[in-house]
Order: sequence, then C-alpha cells, then structure tokens
Amino acid sequence: MLILECPCCGVMADETELAPGGEAHLRRHGPGSSDEDFEGYLFLRPNARGVHFERWRHAHGCGKWFLAARDTATMEVFATYSAQTAEPPQHVIDAIRAKRPDWSLVP
Amino acid sequence: MRRYSAFAVAREATRYHQGWERAWASPEPKRSYDAIIVGAGGHGLATAFYLGKNFGITNVAVIEKGWLGGGNTGRNTTIIRSNYLQDPSAALYEKSRSLFETMSQDLNYNVMFSPRGVIMLAQTEHEVRGYKRTAQANALQGVTTEFISPARVKEIVPIINIDGPRYPVLGGLWQARGGTARHDAVAWGYARACSDMGMDIIQQCAVTGVTREDGAVTGVETTRGHIATKKLGIVVAGHSGVLAEMAGFRLPIESVALQALVSEPIKPCMDCVVMANTVHGYMSQSDKGEMVIGGGADGYNNYTQRGSFHHIEETVRALVETFPMISRLKQLRQWGGIVDMTGDRSPILSKTPVEGIFINCGWGTGGFKATPGSGWAFAELMAKGHSPLTDAFGLERFREGRFIDESVAAGVAH
Ligand SMILES: Cc1cc2nc3c(=O)[nH]c(=O)nc-3n(C[C@H](O)[C@H](O)[C@H](O)COP(=O)(O)OP(=O)(O)OC[C@H]3O[C@@H](n4cnc5c(N)ncnc54)[C@H](O)[C@@H]3O)c2cc1C
Ligand SMILES: [Zn+2]
Repeated sequence: MLILECPCCGVMADETELAPGGEAHLRRHGPGSSDEDFEGYLFLRPNARGVHFERWRHAHGCGKWFLAARDTATMEVFATYSAQTAEPPQHVIDAIRAKRPDWSLVP
Repeated sequence: MRRYSAFAVAREATRYHQGWERAWASPEPKRSYDAIIVGAGGHGLATAFYLGKNFGITNVAVIEKGWLGGGNTGRNTTIIRSNYLQDPSAALYEKSRSLFETMSQDLNYNVMFSPRGVIMLAQTEHEVRGYKRTAQANALQGVTTEFISPARVKEIVPIINIDGPRYPVLGGLWQARGGTARHDAVAWGYARACSDMGMDIIQQCAVTGVTREDGAVTGVETTRGHIATKKLGIVVAGHSGVLAEMAGFRLPIESVALQALVSEPIKPCMDCVVMANTVHGYMSQSDKGEMVIGGGADGYNNYTQRGSFHHIEETVRALVETFPMISRLKQLRQWGGIVDMTGDRSPILSKTPVEGIFINCGWGTGGFKATPGSGWAFAELMAKGHSPLTDAFGLERFREGRFIDESVAAGVAH
C-alpha cells in the first residue's frame, strides 16, 4: 500500500486516506491561448515511467492538497512537499538526485 | 504450417505426440523490414496478421520486449461485448465482436470464443435511463442488445440477489452475443498465422529508441541492434507514453494499474458475464470453474503491474452483496496490468507527428474485446493512410474537442 507523509499535518497517510489529483506543476493555458497550448494543458502528459510529480489531497485527513515526487516504476517516494509552488523545490530535486543521479528535470 | 484438426490429434496419438511442430518460429532480426510493429500483444499481432492477409504486406517484424501475449493481453478478464454508445465505437467494437465469431476457423486455432451473453446491471435510476438509451442507440447501430427486467436478470443468473440492500437490480442491458474467449489463445493463434506468412516475431527484444530523419521514421534501436523501417506501428498499451517519448511526441494518455483475481474453482454456477458498474465489479466463470473477477483501476500513475490491495477488497465486497453465494470462496490468484487511459475512454488509432509512425493505444481497461477489429482497422490505416473505422479515433480529436465519450459504457474497468 502506498504511504505518503502529508506535509500539511504530518500524518503518514496510506492511500485509502488520500485522493489522487493527477500530474503536478501543469502550466495553465486558458482563453486566448493557442489550440496547441490548450491541448497540452488539458490532455498531453509525459506519463513518465520513473520520476513523477503528482498532486494528492489528504481527503480523509486534514483535507489539504500537497505534492509528491514518486517513481512510477518502483513506487519509491522521494519527497512530499507543499502545493504552494509552481515547480519542484531544490530539496525535492536533491532528494531525487541522491537516488537517481542520472535524472534531470526536463522543462 | 501443419493444420490442427481432429485427424492431427488422432495421428499424433499414435506416435506419442512427437510430430507437433512449433507454433511459430523465433528468428534472428533482419536488418530491415517493410513494416515493424512494436509490441506483440493481441493488437500488435492482429495488426501484423491483417497487414499480411488484407494487404499482402508480409515483410513485417513484430518486436516484443518480453514474451508474446505477456502484457495486458494475457492479464485481462476476456469480456467481449460491443454495446457502446457512440457510433464510431459501435462500428469498431461490433466489427471486432463479429470477427471473434469466426476467429477459430480463420486462424485454425481454437480461441474458445464463447458468446455466452453479457449483462450490465442497472442498479440506480440513472443507470436504467443510461442503458435504455444505449439499447436505443445500439438498435440504430445494428448492434443487438436489449434492456431487460429484474425478473429476466434473475432467470438468466439464478445466483444473483436482485433485492440487494444498497443497490437492488432494476434491470439490465443484455447482449446475448457478447461473451468471453481464451486470451492467450488469441495471441498465440495470430502469432502462428503471422509466422506462417513469413513474418518475424522477435521476442525478448526491447525497443529502446526510434531513429528519425527529416521528420520521418528510419527505424528502431533495440536491445538486439538497429532495425530499419519506413513504417512503424506502436502498439504497446501501457507503455505508449514511453515509446512516444522515444519518438519525440506526447500523448493524451496516463498509465495506471488495473487488477483482476480468480477464486478457487467451483462447479458451474453462472453461464454468462455479469457487470455491476455502480458498485464497480464484474464476474464470470472460467471453463476451469474459477470465478473471474475484476474491478476498479488505481487512480494514480503506475507501471508496477501490481495494484492496490484495497481495490480488490472493495470489488469483492460489492460482489458479495450481489452474489451472496461467493462469500465463502477463497481467492486463488490476483494480478495487475498497466492500462493506458485516455480522457474520453476511447482508443487512439492514428498517424503521429512523425511521418511513417502510427500509434494504436488508449484501449485502457477494455481493449481485449477489440483485438481483431483493432488489428483489422489499424492495418488498413498503416497500409493506406486512412481507414473508415479509425478516422474518428485520430489524435487530433483532443485538440479539436471531438471526443468519443464512452465514460458511461466504460463505467467499470472491463
Ligand atoms: C486486469 C485487466 C482486466 C481487463 N479486462 C478486460 C476485459 O474483460 N475485456 C476487455 O475487452 N479488455 C480488458 N482489459 C484490457 C485489455 O487487456 C487491453 O486493452 C488489451 O489487452 C490491450 O492489448 P494490446 O495488445 O494493445 O496490449 P498488450 O497486450 O499489453 O501488449 C503490448 C506489448 O508491448 C510490449 N512492449 C512494451 N514496451 C515495449 C518496448 N519498448 N519494446 C518492445 N515491446 C514493448 C509489452 O511487453 C506488451 O507485450 C483488461 C486489462 C487488465 C489489465
Ligand atoms: Zn494532512
């Protein structure tokens, strides 16, 4: 069972307590943007086999959103962190690099 | 190829079964092919089969990183039906279902197609309305389905509890010519037929890169060297995103784990397939007597072919309510597959931004039933550049907002 530490309340929450919210750090494209950008924002996903940034909500706990960096091939969790950020903070990148030296953040 | 027949069985019985030949060859890859299919699941093999059979293209390789049929093709619960809502889906799934009717004869391989009937239970007023609408749509599409009463449901499935405490059965959508087939046999039958046409099925060979020049494909890098081609079909289900990345484009797909389980074998007790979409579970009985059970997919991206245990618990809990007699059954095995989900729950059969690369994916939780039809249509797309069956399923539909919304028909993972 997947267990994530909620950075908002500190609880080690198992996945039955959590609601998955899809990929994190999407850049929003709204009215006025090109069809390509809008399509990319709504549908296109890297769907990485490996390091993946994702949104979670501590639905049956404190109720707040947070983000996680996780490996989709091994289920290893690198870090959980605040949702109040547009890109993965340095300490999260460092935590991933410590375990996946070859990994790099593609924009 | 030596044909399988009753005579062949009798002949071999007299000589200790030593005359059976291997069903397919395991050749070394050549340096180049007219067409390469990545992924020897049912869809990839069916595509190769119809490239040869319908279009005479036989200088073809099917490249598989594991063993053929070892992906979702060998992990699904084998439900076959065509009672979808939208016209493009009905055309594709019904073509597929009809190809299943004669598949054993066409391939000279017993795929054990069993049109035992499929019921989708309506357990809320909303579902009653939804399935009545589907039955009407199916009538216009030429797909034979019928909305049936709770009493008729009970007649077809005596072990069902139609007065369940939470969700009594209010009716059902019944497709009498739906059913099941032996999933491995579908892959094996196509593999044997492809090999017989002179195609190369190359197992234990992973594609690791896609080579391109001036926006057109030139071949694939594999764990057994570079293989050249000008026509590449990507048919890798859950790994579509990985292949797309190699080829330099993104897909509207996310991969998640979907699980199934079987019980210990018991005497025959249910001779059709029952799907309960509201409570998220479905069940049929295999020829060996096991109850074959499936349920919901995980909600988060995952490539581990395992799945979360609580989904199994939820599915079984729901089914015990609907079928009280299974409450004492033991679970024999559980497994998972990685399914490729699109936003509108419909597949993608399409050209791609790279000239010469075609993609067949997004079948998600319900593509086994589509195996022959998908191969038929995708082969046409690869050979001719378009196919009446695939035209609506192009990648551009997401940008253009022309979804083929099957989230109701595909309400449960099947
Ligand atoms: C638990 C479960 C239950 C299901 N139940 C049903 C059901 O009842 N009815 C139904 O219609 N559908 C069902 N499905 C869905 C169905 O199984 C799939 O949609 C269908 O089998 C997909 O077939 P495919 O040939 O496209 O994929 P697969 O059989 O997965 O084949 C893809 C192949 O590509 C190979 N591959 C991947 N990457 C590479 C690479 N880099 N190089 C070379 N090869 C590669 C893989 O090894 C794999 O063999 C279910 C799925 C699951 C997981
Ligand atoms: Zn919390």
